[in-house]
Amino acid sequence: MRSYVPAYEMETPRDLSNALHLMAREPGDWKPFAGGTDLMVLLEAGKLPHRKFLNIWNLRELRGIAVTPEHVTIAALTTYSDVRRHELLAREFPLLSRAAAETGSIATQNRGTLGGNIANASPAADSPPALLVYDAELELVSTSGTRWLPYQGFWSGYKQIALRDDELIRAIRLPRRNNIWSHFYRKVGTRRAQAISKVCFAGAALLEAGRVAEVRIALGSVAPMVLRAIETEQILRGDKPTAAVVQRAQETLALEITPIDDMRSTARYRLRIAQNLLAEFCERIAA
Amino acid sequence: MANETHQIGKSVPRKEGREKVTGSARYVDDLRFPDTLYGATVRNSVPRGKILGIHFQAGIPWDEFTIVTAKDIPGKNCIALLIEDQPCLADQQVNHPEEAILLLAHPDKYLLEEARRAVRIEIEPLPAIFAMEDSLARKQLIWGEDNIFKSYQMEKGDVDSAWSSAAFIVEGQYETGAQEQLYIEPQGMIAQANATEGVTVWGSLQCPYYVHKALVRLFALPKEKIRVVQTETGGGFGGKEEYPSMIAGHAALLAWKSGKTVKIIYDRAEDMVATTKRHPSRTRHRTAVTREGKLLAMDIDFTIDGGAYETLSPVVLSRGTIHAAGPYECLNVRVRSRAVATNAPPHGAFRGFGAPQSVFALERHLDRVAATVGISPEELRRRNFIREGQTLAFGQVVREKVDMHQLLERALELSGYHEKKKRFPLENSRSPIKKGIGFASFLHGAGFTGSGEEYLASEALVRVSRDGKVRVLAGSTEMGQGTNTVFAQIAAEALALDCEQIEILQPDTAQVPNSGPTVASRTTMIVGKLVETAALAIQKSLMESGFLKAGYDAAQFAVACRQYLDKFGALESLVKYQHPKDLHWDDATYQGDAYGAYAWAVYVAEVSVDTRTAEVRVEDFVAVQEVGKVINPVLAAGQIEGGVAQGIGFALSENVVWQEGRMINGQMTNYIMPTSMDVPPIRVFFEEIPYGTGPAGAKGIGELPLDGTAPAIANAIANATGVDIREIPITPEKLSDILESVHV
Amino acid sequence: MSEVTRKIQVQCEINGRPATLDAYPMARLLDVIREQPGLTGTKEGCGEGECGACAIELNGALVNSCLVPAAQANGARIRTIEGIADHGCLHAVQQAFVTHGGAQCGICTPGMILAAVNLLARNPQPTETQIREGLSGNLCRCTGYTKIFESVIEACRANRNAA
Repeated sequence: MRSYVPAYEMETPRDLSNALHLMAREPGDWKPFAGGTDLMVLLEAGKLPHRKFLNIWNLRELRGIAVTPEHVTIAALTTYSDVRRHELLAREFPLLSRAAAETGSIATQNRGTLGGNIANASPAADSPPALLVYDAELELVSTSGTRWLPYQGFWSGYKQIALRDDELIRAIRLPRRNNIWSHFYRKVGTRRAQAISKVCFAGAALLEAGRVAEVRIALGSVAPMVLRAIETEQILRGDKPTAAVVQRAQETLALEITPIDDMRSTARYRLRIAQNLLAEFCERIAA
Repeated sequence: MANETHQIGKSVPRKEGREKVTGSARYVDDLRFPDTLYGATVRNSVPRGKILGIHFQAGIPWDEFTIVTAKDIPGKNCIALLIEDQPCLADQQVNHPEEAILLLAHPDKYLLEEARRAVRIEIEPLPAIFAMEDSLARKQLIWGEDNIFKSYQMEKGDVDSAWSSAAFIVEGQYETGAQEQLYIEPQGMIAQANATEGVTVWGSLQCPYYVHKALVRLFALPKEKIRVVQTETGGGFGGKEEYPSMIAGHAALLAWKSGKTVKIIYDRAEDMVATTKRHPSRTRHRTAVTREGKLLAMDIDFTIDGGAYETLSPVVLSRGTIHAAGPYECLNVRVRSRAVATNAPPHGAFRGFGAPQSVFALERHLDRVAATVGISPEELRRRNFIREGQTLAFGQVVREKVDMHQLLERALELSGYHEKKKRFPLENSRSPIKKGIGFASFLHGAGFTGSGEEYLASEALVRVSRDGKVRVLAGSTEMGQGTNTVFAQIAAEALALDCEQIEILQPDTAQVPNSGPTVASRTTMIVGKLVETAALAIQKSLMESGFLKAGYDAAQFAVACRQYLDKFGALESLVKYQHPKDLHWDDATYQGDAYGAYAWAVYVAEVSVDTRTAEVRVEDFVAVQEVGKVINPVLAAGQIEGGVAQGIGFALSENVVWQEGRMINGQMTNYIMPTSMDVPPIRVFFEEIPYGTGPAGAKGIGELPLDGTAPAIANAIANATGVDIREIPITPEKLSDILESVHV
Repeated sequence: MSEVTRKIQVQCEINGRPATLDAYPMARLLDVIREQPGLTGTKEGCGEGECGACAIELNGALVNSCLVPAAQANGARIRTIEGIADHGCLHAVQQAFVTHGGAQCGICTPGMILAAVNLLARNPQPTETQIREGLSGNLCRCTGYTKIFESVIEACRANRNAA
């Protein structure tokens, strides 16, 4: 334990309103703390400079998965285990279910939350690519009110997101698609379980008469943030995924992503594998 | 002698099993003493340099702290092992990153960390060496006169005479990386020390008498004033063979200066970066073969990286050298080997101890030799396997029964090798997933090399009490491999009692004799034999006294003990190791009987390689070995399975990322050991040809699985993909580059 | 020097007994549990939530106690390895670990048993694949996992026979 634990404060607000008022009083003074699976690792390593945390784990307003004909709205404190257990999510949003199943371990999945994952803004996170593919929108609340932002564009840089200091993520809303898309998710990690991703690929496509009518592709661990490969999608949209099209898409992907060398992997490997996964995705949707 | 055994060969449940499954087993951090200080080590970050000053920054109540530097050491500032080159605390110079410079203690463990951050070490950097090549080239002299801790030249026949008559000459270079032992319980020690009573340490360790020797030197105290107690140890694998002397010295010095009990427990990050790892290696092979694939000559060059101080490098080098030419008959062999210094934390013991490195090179090389000759890997082995009466590379005549041919056939059959070798190429042509199968054939010598066991002169003691309870006193430690249970079974068998009547004493140098270190696959074979001998001597004394009659039961045994003790006072037997008279080893020429016994093995790995991601998955693993006698089937299989899992990590994922001599991926998140999803079915099969000098015929097996696992996997990957593998770990990044270069 | 925050009183239940833990709010629950008399069975292996040696049940869910701050244990129901056996009578999983080689050095064993017990509570007759997945958050360096799977399978068999 490398941090000076006695210097850390944690308050437990009695409800969401109380939490938001504390965060508004001195924006940035109190930071929300959900399941702790990211923050406690930093604390252990002596890498958590912020000292004042609000325990939001018990806030009932931030729990639950609501289903309407148009949307599924997942409250921010939904854990990965909650996601895995939800039948409708598994049916209609399988990439999210897969991502949840591949995050950490069961013990991590019981404590890690979608809201926490989004707020932590790691480019190697497993769920964000799925959320991007599903056109997620975020509900952000503060004492000033509520605003909705599309998840696409939420990032502006490495660990920089459009979340104000006085705001909490309240929910993630996914539009339900009423036509059948093909889904593909592959996380290439350091091992088969409990792995940090080296490359994460999430894709979904709607084919009409063999042509790609609609497509979404998102990747993790190949840029300072999780990203939608918009240009690559453009190459595929409207065409049949022939070998030539796939090759062009792979070349475009190489320009859209900026993988790096780090202690886990190399830029060269990440690029190559991202392109291979793109090809695999195209094979899958063509079949 | 009756063939029916009542304890040997039975899967008697682990002696301390109940404590372990209920959480009541007490590891060092579970022990609580009143009034304890926590201790921490302040380390440097520079790989090599002169210490100019130590600065204590403001904001910490330094007067509350116990602070220890090299000047506080009562005896010699060294960790005594083979030699005394490694300081306990760096004094004028540092020679590797994370070297210990000073020690702090305080009752508040949180404040202790703040204080550790507030010490600034001023160092003037000196040029450092990180690569074995640079060390050999003497770009800097960083140790001794030539950077070489030790070198060997082992020769048989005349290697240079063979080249001209060879039909084929095959060369190759093979490399293995560092590997972290990653016992799940980090290193820890508790110490009490003062000039009057002496020094006592409790901790997680494999070799109480190694620690004892080091503390004697560090404190300049007589032997009787040093006491070392082993606590329940959560894994060792060699990582707690020599390193505990360092942490024990640190805890004891803080205890000495403060007058209080001191506890040092490493967190995982510190344990990973500061303690020993498996020696990285580079092996060069040059092999002459006949047209039919008969080995004519093997010229082997073997180098290992020892890090900044000698520690055990000469012995690791020795074992690696002796195992370098494998279980084959070749009339001309030369092995030139050396252990060199670099400015990294010293490398040390890790299960296999040099052999996994040289055996990887050999077994990978022989598959390439087979391909050059144009025969299958298994046929090449068949044409060269050593037989009884023939001579191994270091001049030992094989006098035990061995049938490598039969082991090979059995392993190939159990793994479906031939059928898979036919089927896989067809399946591979239709799929991005390429399957392959490969094997390694090898041997592992048990016990200390050559005259080592004679030098150790191990002892074990068995004592009975008035209630008929039998106590075994030995310095051998339990760390999960089953020492307690196996000793109990051996003693129970000898005395015709149940294991419940046998108690194994906690290793405490104040109570138990020196049975040598718990290493080198020697505990069952060498020390177990002493236990067996001592137990039989007890039985003999009881029978000769007339108090015990043949065919006795447990109750009668107890009565006889009481009667004997009433009459004679005590009954115990202390047995000292006797080196077999027919074993001769010459240290000067490095020739002779290296080991009393060998385990022989063939391991087969089936892999699948996803060419889209270059990820390798081990799908099935068959491990066949001849081990003399299996004393406890569950424990023995457990040793092989655990060793294979470590070998899988060694082969595929356990990559130490170095930056200027420092491991930068020292977290469990970033240093990748296998999880339950990363291991295949591991199918273990034993054969038994009893070893006359082993207890109940048993040979040693603890290290064996580390030798054959990685090369079997490497050979399987080569079979699956057609590419050549020359180094481990074969990470997806490396394999991806190789696959790419082949296709371009 | 940083300012020190006040310790809090965490009211919870440990292995069925009420407990009041005196702790800094962001002290690791692992450390706070281990400081309680007789509760050193929960182990630290990595401090990063990676090895699972510190696993406990928190309100019925398997969690790594090294990643839970003490303040979040307020009002919680905690079960540790010491609460698995029933008045000295070993749980089927514990018994199987003893006879089938599931424990070698034993340091991963408490967390591994918590994970196995938790798995069987959710899925009483898992397949071997489900056992592998269920235990994939618990690292073992000694066994290679094989005899851990065999132990869990044995525990399922014993439970089937007892039912």
